[in-house]
Amino acid sequence: MDGINSLIEGFATALTPINLLYAFLGVLLGTAIGVLPGIGPAMTIALLLPLTYTLEPTQAFIMFAGIYYGGMYGGSTTSILLNTPGESASVITAIEGNLMAKKGRGAAALATAAIGSFIAGTIGTLGLALLAPVIVDLAVQMGAPDYFAVMVLAFVAVTTVLGSSKIRGFASLGIGLLIGTIGIDPTSGQQRLTLGIPELADGIDVVVVAVGLFAVGEALWVAAHLRRSSLDIVHVDGARMTRDDWRRSWKPWLRGTAIGFPFGAIPAGGAEIPTFLSYATEKKLAKNPEDFGKGAIEGVAGPEATNNASAAGGLVPLLTLGIPTTATAAVMLGAFQGYGIQPGPRLLDTQPELVWGLIASLFIGNAILLGLNLPLATVWARLLRIPRPYLYAGILFFASIGAYAANNSTFDLWLLLIIGVLGFFMRRYGLPIVPAIIGIILGPVAEEQMRRALQISDGELSGLYNTAFSQIVYVIIALLLVGPPIARLVRNRRGGKGTGSGPDAGHDALAGAHAHANAEGV
Amino acid sequence: MTPANGSTGPAAPEVPPGRATGGVAGPAGPGGSDRLPDSTRDASAKKDYSEYGVAVLLLALGIWAIVDAVGLADASTARGPIGPKTVPIAVGLLLVAMAILLVIDVARGGRGEQEGGEDVDLSHGSDWRTIGLLAGAFAANALLIERVGWPLSGAILFFGTTYALGSRSYIRNVIISVIMSVGTWYLFYAGLGIKLPAGLLKGIL
Repeated sequence: MDGINSLIEGFATALTPINLLYAFLGVLLGTAIGVLPGIGPAMTIALLLPLTYTLEPTQAFIMFAGIYYGGMYGGSTTSILLNTPGESASVITAIEGNLMAKKGRGAAALATAAIGSFIAGTIGTLGLALLAPVIVDLAVQMGAPDYFAVMVLAFVAVTTVLGSSKIRGFASLGIGLLIGTIGIDPTSGQQRLTLGIPELADGIDVVVVAVGLFAVGEALWVAAHLRRSSLDIVHVDGARMTRDDWRRSWKPWLRGTAIGFPFGAIPAGGAEIPTFLSYATEKKLAKNPEDFGKGAIEGVAGPEATNNASAAGGLVPLLTLGIPTTATAAVMLGAFQGYGIQPGPRLLDTQPELVWGLIASLFIGNAILLGLNLPLATVWARLLRIPRPYLYAGILFFASIGAYAANNSTFDLWLLLIIGVLGFFMRRYGLPIVPAIIGIILGPVAEEQMRRALQISDGELSGLYNTAFSQIVYVIIALLLVGPPIARLVRNRRGGKGTGSGPDAGHDALAGAHAHANAEGV
Repeated sequence: MTPANGSTGPAAPEVPPGRATGGVAGPAGPGGSDRLPDSTRDASAKKDYSEYGVAVLLLALGIWAIVDAVGLADASTARGPIGPKTVPIAVGLLLVAMAILLVIDVARGGRGEQEGGEDVDLSHGSDWRTIGLLAGAFAANALLIERVGWPLSGAILFFGTTYALGSRSYIRNVIISVIMSVGTWYLFYAGLGIKLPAGLLKGIL
């Protein structure tokens, strides 16, 4: 019950008028930016980072808490009202949600998404509050080799679990690790990969990297392929959720929460797989499964709750171990580092006000989100009609401000352009963005842990795997790497009978979801 | 390839095969009928080459990492095999390995999956004119921000982007651009205490 007491203190921090204002601003801005087409939670946070430069860390993170859930919800609104989802976490929501909207039940779809997000977010945040102290108690016993192993697991998991091509995933990870290496080596004081450019000695600012890969890369990519025909935006009517809708929604909300939270909490790469699992579960358990494919409300309620629960779960490894499992969490970690704060097991001891204030703000932000979204759904829907030239001009404009204001240097603007061009080509050639961003942000931390482990072992390589925990993690990594190819081999060996059978069809649907967005949560 | 070589060979031995175009191959009757399949094959080959370009980039980055790392001095305090070189070399090897695997993948017909999205229409290729204009507007801001100040350079960036993306209501766009750039300058100065360069408008704002 340690968590509950700390949480109450966290509420004391978060409930001051000024901090409530920051939470409200965060939710409002996060939803407004997140609802814009092409802008997902990670880009929302990256673009809004400059607004927090001059804030105290606690207030900045209270605002981030609002932006985090706001941006997440904004993304689902977009995918329900537009027929093409832009971020992988909302792909599944979009399937039934858009069909519902087309049948004139858009308001009900948005409502079940909003209430489901609220319930899942609240339970998930409670789970975070209860689980974080437990994980921290375990994590303080973890040594450098254990951390290094978990980080390697995070690298391998985001690279292999997501995306259609592992080669391109690892290539992207390599690019990210390379960018992360640029700068002065903290141990020996030597410059690495700086080309003698003094501005690179401190490494590349995380804001520049995140904004460059997400915002500038995305703007260039979309601009080059801009849909000239107008989009089919579904009109939102006033029809609310009926009693029947409630009856059909509440179980999927709870089941979605139960599926999403654990998947978010393990470093397995975001909300894609759990939202798909939730969809499949609801389809199987539905009283009238023939509704699926025609706009079944269970197919919106479940995945949407899963999405938010997994977002809450993702904060567990981020806050207790300093390990991001999604692009959004990686950008948050970058923001922490910008304040000189390294999340990890000691964070709860050294910065309890910040951490518990943040967690309490997640509850508050969630409630504000529900209060804002039920009445404002039609306003958000209008934001989808913003003329595209203004939308993308705005993205480049605010990306430039953010990059310039980080260090007051034009060098960062040129760097932003170069990284933006890199982001463009990664989108063009199917290199997923998430491994790169995780590599950039987590790479230097992983190197430090590896070198610390080897210092302790006096240079013996066994120092990397001499604990039981690290050995277990390496076994999991090995299974992730060799498991799927072996499974495929076995399946092929068994013969190609029934190509359209259950598991295969499921796999195809998931592959289709990947196809929509290999940049999770951009 | 072989028939084309046969017809052009005696006439222009110095022209590289496949480069034999225009005047030499054109008048020849069979050459003309060969054109069509040849050009389609060229188009698909070009697509291959651009996929190979990714592998070349990975290879170059990997070699850069390794070469840079080899030039580092070993820290005398470090014990054992791990020093400042280890991670760059490992990352370089990873990139080189992925470059090789990617070449194999592309040669077997693997293609990178282009990213979709709400506003993305993948039915046509990249519109390089738009990209060029966008990059130009972006570069103009980077060049000008410290010379003429954000209120002007930001407006140029915003206006240039709307122009690049096909908006032609110039007067409205100029007004919006100026409101955006002056507005953000004040927002950051007064609201957040971040001083973006005022440049030429110093003293006026």
